[in-house]
Amino acid sequence: MTQFIDLTLSGISNGAIYAAVALALVLIWRATRIVNFAQGAMLMITTYIAAALVEAGNPYWLALVVAVAAGLVFGALTELVLIRRVESAPPINAVIVTLGLLVFLEALAGMIWSDTPRAFPAAFSIQGYEVGHTRILFSPNSTFIVCVVALVALALGALFRYTSLGLKLRAAAFAPEVARLLGVRVGRMFTIGWALAAGVGALAGALVAPSTFVGPSNFDPILIFAFTAAVLGGLESPLGAIVGGVLIGLVLSYVSGYEGEALAPLAALAMLLLTLMLRPTGIFAASRERRV
Amino acid sequence: MRALARVGAVRAAVVVLLAALAFGAVSSLVGEYRDLQLADGAYYFAALIGLSVLIGFGGKISLGHGAFMAVGAYAVALLVADEHWPLVGALAAATAVSALVGAVLGAAASRLQGPYLAGVTLTLAVALPQIGNRFPETLGGENGLVIDPPAPPSFLGSSFPPQRYLAWIAGLGALAALFFIYNMTRSGAGRALRAVRDDEVAAALCGCHVGRTQTVAFVLSAACAGLGGGLATVVLQLAQPGAFPLELSLRIFAAAVIGGVGSLWGAFWAAALLVLLPNWSHDIAQSLSLSGNVAANLPLAIYGVMLIVAMLLWPGGIQAGLRQLSGLLKRAYSSRHSVTQSNPAK
Amino acid sequence: MSLSMSKRRAWLLAVAAGGLAVVGCGSSGSTVGVTPTSVTFGTHQPLTGPAAPGYSEIAPASIAFFKYVNAHGGVWGRKINLIVKNDEYNPTQTVNVVHQLVLQEKVFGIFEGLGTPTHTKVVGFLNSEKVPDLFVASGCPCWDNGAEHPYTFGWQPNYTIEGKILGQYIAQHFAGKKVGVLYQNDDFGNGGLAGIRDEVPSKDIVATQPYEPGTTTLAAQITAIKSAGAEVLVDFTVPIYTAIGQLTAFTLGYTPQLVVSSVGIDPTTVAALLKTISKGKASGTALIEGAITTNYLPSSTETSNPWIALFRRIHSEYDPGTPFDGNTVYGMATAYTLVQALKAAGKNLTREAIVKAVEEGGKSWSGPGLVPFRYTKTQHGGYGGAEIGRVEGGKIVLSGKPLLTEPTAGTPITPYTGSQPAPPTGGVPSE
Repeated sequence: MTQFIDLTLSGISNGAIYAAVALALVLIWRATRIVNFAQGAMLMITTYIAAALVEAGNPYWLALVVAVAAGLVFGALTELVLIRRVESAPPINAVIVTLGLLVFLEALAGMIWSDTPRAFPAAFSIQGYEVGHTRILFSPNSTFIVCVVALVALALGALFRYTSLGLKLRAAAFAPEVARLLGVRVGRMFTIGWALAAGVGALAGALVAPSTFVGPSNFDPILIFAFTAAVLGGLESPLGAIVGGVLIGLVLSYVSGYEGEALAPLAALAMLLLTLMLRPTGIFAASRERRV
Repeated sequence: MRALARVGAVRAAVVVLLAALAFGAVSSLVGEYRDLQLADGAYYFAALIGLSVLIGFGGKISLGHGAFMAVGAYAVALLVADEHWPLVGALAAATAVSALVGAVLGAAASRLQGPYLAGVTLTLAVALPQIGNRFPETLGGENGLVIDPPAPPSFLGSSFPPQRYLAWIAGLGALAALFFIYNMTRSGAGRALRAVRDDEVAAALCGCHVGRTQTVAFVLSAACAGLGGGLATVVLQLAQPGAFPLELSLRIFAAAVIGGVGSLWGAFWAAALLVLLPNWSHDIAQSLSLSGNVAANLPLAIYGVMLIVAMLLWPGGIQAGLRQLSGLLKRAYSSRHSVTQSNPAK
Repeated sequence: MSLSMSKRRAWLLAVAAGGLAVVGCGSSGSTVGVTPTSVTFGTHQPLTGPAAPGYSEIAPASIAFFKYVNAHGGVWGRKINLIVKNDEYNPTQTVNVVHQLVLQEKVFGIFEGLGTPTHTKVVGFLNSEKVPDLFVASGCPCWDNGAEHPYTFGWQPNYTIEGKILGQYIAQHFAGKKVGVLYQNDDFGNGGLAGIRDEVPSKDIVATQPYEPGTTTLAAQITAIKSAGAEVLVDFTVPIYTAIGQLTAFTLGYTPQLVVSSVGIDPTTVAALLKTISKGKASGTALIEGAITTNYLPSSTETSNPWIALFRRIHSEYDPGTPFDGNTVYGMATAYTLVQALKAAGKNLTREAIVKAVEEGGKSWSGPGLVPFRYTKTQHGGYGGAEIGRVEGGKIVLSGKPLLTEPTAGTPITPYTGSQPAPPTGGVPSE
């Protein structure tokens, strides 16, 4: 029973990270109809920056803020310099460009910081809460992770729903031509979408780094399952990213715990396939979109 | 209609025969290591040609064709090492088994749009090779399976290099895939695929069964990848999870796009890139005498930059780029030609 | 590449012109990869990718040692070159680069090729081409087969030997306690587990949990081991997973007696990963303090050891700017053994000669190892034992009692009474 509880808790805190990165993927998908495979590598770079700041003796919170800021700038620059050039090309070209960016950034990190992973501090204690006579696999830092991810999701939801910027972002994504006619600066909306996504990604990187460490390819598995989560939840939906992330986190945790880790990705695949058979565009699919 | 098909088959046979002659000539001229590279290129080509059809004609993204290669590889390793099947039979069975796995997935895939299919295939690429770790007794776990290298038959002479024999086996497999796909793309099935890719609704109105056509494309590409994986097992004498990482799936996908999808030449350029680029970038890194970390990562950096630059320079892939280039050259030539004529004094 | 080819060709022409006498006495010139002034080895290493951390330091450390030897005149007048190829720990790449090294770069032999899943795929090729395959960087029992693979030699102790020695320690010092094993799901983990099973009563082993290299969490494994009530946790892990496992145990408030194989405990590496938890509430080494481990080489933290002093000196001169840790010691120690082998093979270096030299003399070579090698005509395994050590104050303190055993189940573990000699003056092996 305690094992079940621990597996559940670990699934939720891992799932929160998948959710955050999935959220970043959803933001970019909504903005530019591109799946950003470089997301994991971009957040790796910003986390290295944060780690370097901490190692230089700066406080954790400053490092966190700088990482997120660096993410925003990095995302905007990526869109302006690279993605803009392939936005009008077939979608497959953008996929290759982001793959190229992924490979390049990992190589760059290896050149600058070597392939040896380094430690990253946690914001709060990672000692689990004491329940009865034992500690559970959920610490104040896990609480922090889950709360931050939930807050970010809520904030983004509010941004899209209640602000004029959110409206413009949605308009630029769903009907760029119409939006342009209505005076929305579509290109700028794309840039903002990428910046927001990379900022969220940077936050996710800093949150997960204490438990995975910082290394050039350490965040690859996170990107993979975040992508699975985003597709599961529906690429259009921020809420879907959150639900998908937690579902994937739980499935991976339970299957690893009871059936062995080697079959965990297969279980994730099975869940994804079954879901998509029933709902081809994810759990929270915007069914309106097909009719338009 | 039947006569047309026969003409098509003859044309395909001629193309394959020419390719076979070229391959045989090159493999006989080069050294042992180059022969092994030819063999590598041949198994990549078999996998790429199917993927190229799926992307170029089917309009589908698959990031998981490394998984189908793994299926083919394990099938050959099991059948040859444990059941002592002859190579041809094992390769045929590997192709069939991957086609079967492809059919299961393809049925689901036909309903899925771009990124959703990408997500499914990506997860497949991660999940499938790991099964080997779960069943170490049959599949060899992390160390995988090993087969004995096929010995060249005695009529080739005792001094026939084994690497050349591997190149010939892989080359024959690749030619079989080429023959099949060449025929297919120039048949009704190929036209149906293109029609569905360009406009699903219009194709359906014209009597094309959209779902079935796309499933067929998926199955075909999976079968080709399985054959490629089976050939890889023959060439490398191994089948193991570490040989089919997600990175392989992404690498062949990227190569297919950069080579130029929907074109047989595109698959050829892609295979050449996959074989030659790692060595080139490694040689460049070596020649610069850099420090450890930089030198180790430079080939990767070159690869990454190449992916980006290639897509910016040739949005349609190398094959389209070459066609454009040859068009430009022709125009330049003809204009210069006319200049020369009008100005004979020069 | 083409330059070196043309050079070699020019040199061969010179030999031919120089007369038949050289050819007549079976000159070294007829041996691939050997000239009167150089001998070239090749190796495959994971320089990038998930297996690179730590392991990418090994080949540079070996090269540093070779540079040192070369600066002191080389071996029999030959300088040692090592061509390093990156295989990313992907067996497909291993096959490719090893063929390239042998067929195109024409190396004399392969040295410290790293990894079991990788190197097992080239052993057949190297032996059929009769290429010396010296000191494979992996403790798989599979190298120990002189009858089938006469050209392949292991170097580090077989994983099962290490598991047995750790297992015996557990059976003797933690008798009756419940034991849980966390192991990497490959030959390293499985070999170690087999050794533990050989020595620890099976009723005491309450949990065995594999993990797949590449995973980001060990939550499932550690919770299972904890809920099975294990009082002793045995890790057959690489350093990053030792660290992740200890972090998870820390969250769970789970503090079993830790026992870690030599692969996973390098204190420099593990402590660096654990140093920042909870803002200094637990220091990096606190989570591995008191851990039991083994070693077959002096620990990199043992500054008073003359071998470590020698290696540190060479490291700071020829491989500066990189960390000095267990991987550095490993790379230098294997390089030392290769130099011994080249010395023993004699001035007329041939592929057969070096194989014979290891088979006939290897058992008696002394060097940085704490125990002797097992090399004979049929036994091609490396070190035949290890010494129990304990992490104290962030350093591994060895017990001073090296043990010897065979990898086969049921064979006894016996003490080794010889002692480690000091390095030769100048640091270059003289035998």
